[in-house]
Parts: sequence; C-alpha cells; structure tokens
Amino acid sequence: MLNYIVKRLLALVPILLGLSLIVFLIMALIPGDPALAILGSYATPDSLASLRVELGLDRSLPMQYFIWLGNIVHGDFGRSYSLNRPVLDEIVERFGATLILSATAFILCTVWGVLAGIASAARQHTWADRIVTISVLIGISVPSFWLGLLLILLFAVHLQWLPVSGMYEVYGGGGFFDLLRHLILPAVTLSVVATGVIARLTRASMLEVLRQDYIRTARAKGVGEGSVIFRHAFKIALVNVVPVLGVQAGFVLGGAVYIETVFQWPGIGQMLVSAISTRDVLLIQGGVLVVAASYVFFNLLADVIQHVVDPRVGI
Amino acid sequence: MSVAMSGLAPQGRTAMRRIMLRLATALFAVGAISNGGSVFAGTPPKVLIVGQIAEPKSLDPAAVTAVNDFRILMNLYDGLVRYKDGALEVEPALAKSWKISSDGLAYTFALRPGVKFHDGSDFAADTVKFNFDRMLDEKSPYHDTGPFPLSFFFSAIKEVKVIDSLTVEFDLKEPYAPFLSNLAYPTGLIVSPEAIKKFGKDIGRHPSGTGPFVFKEWESNSKVVLERNPTYWDGAPKLEAVVFRPITDANTRVAEMLSGGIDLMVEVPPDALAQFKDGAQYQIYQQSGPHVWFLILNAKEPPFNDKRMRQAVNYAVNKKAIAENILQGTAQVAAGPTPPAFAWAYDDTLQPYPYDPTKAKELIKASGYDGKELTFYVTEGGSGMLDPVPMGTAIQADLAAVGLKVKIETYEWNTFLGKVNPGLEGKANLAEMAWMTNDPDTLPYLALRTAAWPDKQGFNSGYYSNPDVDKLLEEARKSTDQAERATLYKKMQEIVHDDAPWLFVANWKQNAIATVAVKNFKLQPSFFLLLHDVTKG
Repeated sequence: MLNYIVKRLLALVPILLGLSLIVFLIMALIPGDPALAILGSYATPDSLASLRVELGLDRSLPMQYFIWLGNIVHGDFGRSYSLNRPVLDEIVERFGATLILSATAFILCTVWGVLAGIASAARQHTWADRIVTISVLIGISVPSFWLGLLLILLFAVHLQWLPVSGMYEVYGGGGFFDLLRHLILPAVTLSVVATGVIARLTRASMLEVLRQDYIRTARAKGVGEGSVIFRHAFKIALVNVVPVLGVQAGFVLGGAVYIETVFQWPGIGQMLVSAISTRDVLLIQGGVLVVAASYVFFNLLADVIQHVVDPRVGI
Repeated sequence: MSVAMSGLAPQGRTAMRRIMLRLATALFAVGAISNGGSVFAGTPPKVLIVGQIAEPKSLDPAAVTAVNDFRILMNLYDGLVRYKDGALEVEPALAKSWKISSDGLAYTFALRPGVKFHDGSDFAADTVKFNFDRMLDEKSPYHDTGPFPLSFFFSAIKEVKVIDSLTVEFDLKEPYAPFLSNLAYPTGLIVSPEAIKKFGKDIGRHPSGTGPFVFKEWESNSKVVLERNPTYWDGAPKLEAVVFRPITDANTRVAEMLSGGIDLMVEVPPDALAQFKDGAQYQIYQQSGPHVWFLILNAKEPPFNDKRMRQAVNYAVNKKAIAENILQGTAQVAAGPTPPAFAWAYDDTLQPYPYDPTKAKELIKASGYDGKELTFYVTEGGSGMLDPVPMGTAIQADLAAVGLKVKIETYEWNTFLGKVNPGLEGKANLAEMAWMTNDPDTLPYLALRTAAWPDKQGFNSGYYSNPDVDKLLEEARKSTDQAERATLYKKMQEIVHDDAPWLFVANWKQNAIATVAVKNFKLQPSFFLLLHDVTKG
C-alpha cells in the first residue's frame, strides 16, 4: 500500500512539469503582456520596453521557462508582476480560503448526493424518486453563478438571514460562526451540480446492487429494509461511487472560480481569473500548479479509500 | 412524511427518521447562526464600509494609475498641494505657500512645520526630495521600488533642491504649467522615506503617509482597513475607521448595498441606479468628472483622412440616446476633447455635433466614400470605458443607417491596448478610447499633437496632425497665467471640434450611493474619494 502511495506521489512530478509547460506555452501564445497591464493606458513603447527588461520578459521563452523552473525547485515561486508581492505569499493566503469553500461544498454534495441517491433508489418510481430526479436535473443544468445571485437575492437581500458576500465580517468579525454564516450560500451554490452527479450515480449503483440475489435472500430472511439498504446494499454500491467522488472533488475545486467571484470569496479561483487578465504568468503558474497538485492528491485519496472499502480492487 | 414512511419496515422507518432528524438539525443550525430574519444591524457605527470595484494594486502612490487605487491613497497620504473642494484648482496642503520664478523654471515651496508621517518620522524638505528622486533619478538607491508608470508627469523636473528643512525648490527644464496640478495628483503624494527604506519593494503593502487615516491592515481580496489619525495636521477625522471592500461582481456590490452590508458604493452600474431612487434609505451622488469617451479615427488612411468623413460620423451617431438610454443618464454628451469638469479651461460656447443623419449622408457623398467596409476596434472593459460593447454596437448601427458598413472586432482590454496604442495604421479605422486626467493639458498633449504619434512615444493612435493645435498646446503648457492658458485651450477646442479627429461621445458623470446615515460626503470633480470630513450616524 505504502509503495503504491509513494509511486503515485512521485508521478505528480512529471504531471506538474508537463502542466507548467502547457501553461507557459499558452501564456506565450495569447496576445497582451504583463508590462502593459502594469503600466495601463499610459504605456508608451519605451516604458513598455524598459519594464519588460526589468521583469525579465526580454529573454527568450525557453530561457524564461528554465529560469522559472530553476527557481521553483528551490521553492521560489517568483514575484507577482501585478500584485508586486511574492507569489507564494499570495497563494498561501488564498488557497486556504478555497480549500475551506471546496471542502465544505464537497462534504455537502457527497452527503446530499448519496442520501438523495439512496432515497430515490429505495423508493424507485415513487414521487420521492421523481422529485429527486427532477431536482438533480435542474441542479446540473442551472448555471452556478446565476443560482448564486438568486440565493443572494433571496436569503441576503430579501430575507436578510445571511450575509451577501465575503468570508468574514470586515470589521470586528472573525471566528468560527462568522465563517460559517458566510460559508453557507457559496458552499451550497458550489455543491449543487456535483450533488446531482453523485445522486444519479449512487442511485444507479444502488439499483444494480438491490437487484442482486443476496439482497433478495436477506429480505427473505426477515432483515429489515433499513438494514438491507444501509448495511448491505450501500456498502457495495459505495465501491462505484468513491472514484467519482475523487473526480467531483476536482470539479468542485474548479467550479470555485465562478462562485468565488460572485460571493467575493478571497480564494485562488478569483486570483487566477484576475491574474489571467493582467497576464501575470508567475501567479498563474503558481496557482495552476497548486490546484493541479490538489486534484491529483484528491484522486489518489479516492483510489486509496476505494481500495480500503473494497480490497478486491487492485491498486 | 408518514406516507413515505408507511411502506418501510420498522428499521426502515428508523433510518428515515434519523435522516429527517439530521435535516431538521441542519435547518435549525442555519436559523440559529443566521440573524433570525431581523433587519440587518448594518455596519458598525463610526466605521465607513466602502464597496470598491476592484482589489487595489498597491498602496504606493507612485506605482499606480487606476482611480480605484487613488480612492484609498488620497486618504492615506497628502501632497504638497491639493485640489480645492469641488474644483480642479489647487490650494496649499503640505506646502503652506509657494513662489514661482518669473521665467517659470523654479518653484519654491514653504513647507508646513510639525507634520509627522504615520510611522513617527518627520515630514521635511529632504523627505520631499527623497520622494521625487526615487521616482525620477535612476541612480537613486530606491528607484528599484518601482515601476513608476506616471513618473512622466514630472519629467519636466531637472532637480529638487533642499534649501532648508522647511523649504524645497523644484528646478524645471522648461516652463511646465501643469506642474502644480500634477503635484496634486496621486503620483505626487509624499511617502515616508523611513518606510521606503524599511520595506523596499514591499512598500506598496505597508503604506506610511501624513494623511487623515492610518493604514491598519490589508487582507488580499477582502479588505483594506484604515484607522483615524488623531494627530492629523488638518484636524482629526470623526470616523473611527474606513474599510475598503473590493467587490468585483457588480451585482454582488448592488446586493451588498441593498442588504446594508456596505455604506457607500461607487461606480454604480447604470441599470442598477433605479433601485436606489428611494430617498428614505439612500442618497445618490453624481458629479461630472475630467473624463472623455470617444472613438479614435484613423486620419492617416481613407476614409477618415478626409475631414468631411470625420465630421459625418459625428453627425451620424445619436449621442443623446447613448448617454440617456444605454448609460441611463450617467454621462452627458461630449462636445469636444476637453471635459466641462475643467471649468476654467472649458469652452462652453461649443455645442456638441447634433444628431443629423441627413447632414451625415451629404458629407459622406461629398467626400466620395467608396463603400469599403470599416474596421472598428471595440473593447470588453477597461478603466473608464463605461459600457463599451453596447455603446460600440449602437454606434455601428447608427453608422449603418447612413450607409457606412462597419465591422466590429472585440478584444479584452489588455489585448485591446496592445493593438491600439501602437497606432491604427493598417489595422482599424475606428477604435474606442477613454481618458481620465487631471489637467486640460494632459489629454490633448498626449493624444492630439503631431509630436505625439505612436512612433514618437505618444498616444495619438489616429495620426491627427494640425500645426496650429500643436502651437497652442505648446504655448499653453509654458504659460503660468491661468487666464492666458484658458484662452489658448478654448481656441484649441474650437479647432479640434471642427477637425473632428475623434468621434466625441460622452463625459462620464461619476456616481456614488450612500446610506442616509452617511453625512458630509461629496463627490469631487477629480473623482477622488475624500473621506476626511465624512461622519456616520
């Protein structure tokens, strides 16, 4: 097992390397440059040229890439052009916020998705099943940022039960409950789509298991329905659901970008969006690497858990 | 509930009950930690929460160009001079008085005694010299705390001399009339040299000035907190603190205002203004600013190398409809290159080109336009660009109505600047542009002179050239007599209005919304957000 984990973690290195190369190439191909973003509308060709030299942008592309690579190996992520601060400082500040949001959304979508899937499988073809199916369909189809705005309008503006945006109260705020109040709307919005996917998959997986002979045997033996569903069927169905959870974790991490913008959540998604518009290559590289590493890590976690749940699944 | 449960065996019902219980607990928890449906207590008393449109780039005044950053900076720092309340003329600030030599080459400032920076160090003549050397002298050890994009505002400075601890002299290379106005601009704000020496490149995140508010903290993308400076030389502010919240999504910003999460909001989207018209809870502020929105016309290549075509498009576009309908009255129609906010230099006899498609068609016919398709660069955003896509589309439609086929190419702002600033030759016939400046000299000097063509480091991307205009601008720059400058600028406006190198469209009326609890707040024609006198409650 340990061997497997170590091998998977080592595989991270070529993945991140390849990714960083792709990001670098994309940034090199798109028009516009960081010097222009810094100087703004007042940029004259001369001032642009001297700023580019200052930023090291006058060197050849491969040169820039290798310099960056060399620095990364020493833990130096460079200095953000647009924010004028070390990239690592910015990422560390922001990533925590995204993790909190994504983790909460992930827990929500897993719990709700699985419960809804079980409910609709156990009560297949009844109104419960139909309600879950339709809700899931709506949830997957609705644009998350639009849903976010609607929820803001209802719960924050109209009912005033919850705050509109941000992570904490800006003056005199802080603390767990403050965070929780601010977390509810964005986490719920973020979880909606993934909930749908998990619900459908759980339902399908459960239905397949519930059709098995040993389930019929258990029922015939007089085992209660609750026990059949949760103790017998669900554990088996879980094997098919766990790997998808790994993918959904990554999806939730990515979907955070829109949600962070709508709810002004100071996370890494929003940081990446503004870094792109200012062509801040170093910030983008750092951000993408961190997000990609997390994604790979979550998938590894899902695979390990799946192996634990069902040792027959080889790893 | 019981119907759903009825089909289940006892264990099934227990399981379902457990689920329901958990659900109920969750809902209860939400209720418990929420505000229980009461009207929001709102923001803390004596603390002003301002909703901004973007995260600040830096709190080093020499390093930024955006109004968004200026709004915070003007409350942290002072300059030698500042704009008078409600006007774009200067008055003393950190300098008590000044003398200008008769040849306009030497400005001597008598500084205010007893002023300290927030970090406790003393404000004196050497601190002034330090600031300008840092920005302008490549050999200054702190020049690497840049870049300084607007340092060219002070390119006329030859040397800064410390005469004594409270007297500083600026020697200029040539007479430069906008000098005092540029000193009032954020680029001229004075930063504590001790802080620069201590923080070096990170000075942008550890500001220290002489202003009415002291920097407390900056949480990326969440808030910038300023606290009152009790020993401010011009009287301590009444507010206890100011918090600047960047809320990039306009809808979210409006929602925060509606729910009482912020006290003051700037740059209200035109379509949202209507929601705040209720006078009982909100006050709306509007102020014309030194801003122009226009189309650059490529005067080097056909068809806009012909003056008649340039005038034709000015007649063809329904500017009133743009200002009143698309922009919902948040802008007024522009007559020429100079915004009316520069009251002393504005030619108020100038009338905007009226909407006259018939006249436009006549001019087009007279110029012999060959019907070739025109390329129009439109941008998706950008500072001061208002609502560039709908505006561009409306203009395209108006031009089509008079027989001009126009193809729009839309670019993201950074890409757009990269295409427009080097010049439109061979690329486009029209391009959107907007400028916000501090002096009637800046925009024409940078964008209308022959010596300001892109190949000469200027922003005259349309290649307009008129030697009379060049001469007027050079003279106005050298004169230090405001009345004389005013006459020169007014003449320039008449010529430029007639030559029509641009399609003049609108002057932005910046707006702000505040709750009724906010008092003593005024929008300034400079677009700066001055919070020194503001009170709450």
